[in-house]
Amino acid sequence: MPVVLENLGKRFGDGAPVLDDVNASIAQGEFVALLGASGCGKSTLLNIMAGLELPTSGALEVPSDGAAFMFQDAALFPWLTARENIELALKLRGVGKSERRTKANELLDLVHLGGAGDKRPHELSGGMRQRVSLARSLAQDRQLLLMDEPFAALDAITRDLLHDELERIWKETGRTIVFVTHNVREAVRLGQRVLLLSSRPGRVVQEWNVTEEHRTDAGLAGQLTGVITARLREEIRRHAK
Amino acid sequence: MPNNPTPLAEPVESPISTSSISGQAGSNTGEPESRKVHAALTRSSTGNEDLRELESGLDSLQSDAARAARIDWSRILLPVAALVVLVLAWQFYVSLGFKRRDLVPGPLDVLGQFGTLWADGSLQEAVWTSLQRGIVGFLISVVIATPIGLLLAQVAPLRRAFGPLISGLQVLPSVAWVPAAIIWFGLTDATVYFVVFMGAIPSIINGLISGVDQIPPQYRSVGTVLGANRVQMALQIVLPAALPGYLSGLKQGWAFSWRSLMAAEIIAVGGTIGFGLGSMLNQGRDLADMTIVMSAILLILAVGILIELLVFAPIEKRLLRRRGLLAGSTR
Ligand SMILES: Nc1ncnc2c1ncn2[C@@H]1O[C@H](COP(=O)(O)OP(=O)(O)O)[C@@H](O)[C@H]1O
Ligand SMILES: [Mg+2]
Repeated sequence: MPVVLENLGKRFGDGAPVLDDVNASIAQGEFVALLGASGCGKSTLLNIMAGLELPTSGALEVPSDGAAFMFQDAALFPWLTARENIELALKLRGVGKSERRTKANELLDLVHLGGAGDKRPHELSGGMRQRVSLARSLAQDRQLLLMDEPFAALDAITRDLLHDELERIWKETGRTIVFVTHNVREAVRLGQRVLLLSSRPGRVVQEWNVTEEHRTDAGLAGQLTGVITARLREEIRRHAK
Repeated sequence: MPNNPTPLAEPVESPISTSSISGQAGSNTGEPESRKVHAALTRSSTGNEDLRELESGLDSLQSDAARAARIDWSRILLPVAALVVLVLAWQFYVSLGFKRRDLVPGPLDVLGQFGTLWADGSLQEAVWTSLQRGIVGFLISVVIATPIGLLLAQVAPLRRAFGPLISGLQVLPSVAWVPAAIIWFGLTDATVYFVVFMGAIPSIINGLISGVDQIPPQYRSVGTVLGANRVQMALQIVLPAALPGYLSGLKQGWAFSWRSLMAAEIIAVGGTIGFGLGSMLNQGRDLADMTIVMSAILLILAVGILIELLVFAPIEKRLLRRRGLLAGSTR
């Protein structure tokens, strides 16, 4: 089990706990969608897994070499070209200079951006930027890949394509992926397992398995989406005054 | 795009809502027809090749075509026109004869003085001496200020301790250091350089610090996630990210160098200090020759403008353009 969360809790300062008693375990090579309303602590949980923040209680087990991370906005460095952004990740990982170039080109090819390596981030469309960002997180070569609403800011057409793209790359690379989203359809489209996080405090309240049938059978997928949406709304309604 | 019917997502929202989930949502799911409606929920492309093609179509639709850069003549002609208008206004004012000609010389008188100064070589000597000092003093200031600025920006306690002092130094006119410098170093080049340093170094440090402050916090998170250590973070992420702010600090640092240098040259004359533009200005005052004074002022201004136009403007433009920060500006 690359990731195990045990009774994990987090509060900022002395406010109300953002996360409370989160329990989950994620298997090697699994694609898990972490679903929850805005502000329920998804990013916080992911940051804790990435080591960017420390939990205030509980324990977690993550791979010792850390995790690759993909942010909501591509977070590419504007002073570097697409290829240089990927090369920087390789460099900070300690890959030698000559190998970096080859590896970066391979990764660009993997995300179908072979011809755009010399472009700068501002010359790329939102979808292309996210693909470069994906390639950069793959360049980190970590078994665990954490993604924080990476497609939330994209238009629907681009997002649908990137879903296909991500699924393909997941299958090709065998990564363990934790994908955070507030979009039920996205969670069903991508995850093998969908974990629902409640709000205030955040806690895993229910989970669903998504089978291969759901990938091809829109009706089945739609049904599951409906069920999960209903549960999510129930969770939100709890907070009505 | 070829003719294979791609079940690309249509902008149709899922018809499923919380109220309709019970039972019939999955009724006629077998037909491929319903797939289109729910495309976002299932795979929407038919394989790697199809996906590659779709993506490259979308990429080319969404990227701007490269626009060829042309020389924009208005950038050159408008400033020249403005200059001509100013000179004409000056000449017009002088020809009205409100003031004595030796108090307010006209453009032609000053031009004549330029010729005289050029002929005896003092113009070239003054420009060269000052320019050389300004550039050397500025470069040394950069070398001193950059590591200090980076250190202050990255180490919070140091910043707390020295930040206010550095900001204060920037407000203090560097002319204030001239008497001290003369007492310590006498009438030597050391005096001039000392004053230049005291003017330029604080403003370069401040520029770098404010450049670092403006870095989006996310860049550091990315650096951490990518596994950068402290030094790598400072050199590979913080410094390049802060470059636009650093560059405006450098520009201001140059302006301070040049101004401090003139102040020092006007006050500290003689000794082993050579003949610079400030000295020329002072000489004009001693001789009560307004044409020399005006010549010196115009030369000081011209050097400032030329350095801005030939050095800083191209660097800045290139830097901002590469980062996509230039669109829509009135430069
Ligand atoms: N650094 C922080 N300091 C204080 N509160 C924070 C901080 N980061 C997040 N929070 C709070 O934690 C809650 C969860 O935030 P976040 O994890 O970003 O939610 P999500 O990603 O699910 O939208 C929010 O109420 C937010 O205000
Ligand atoms: Mg978030």
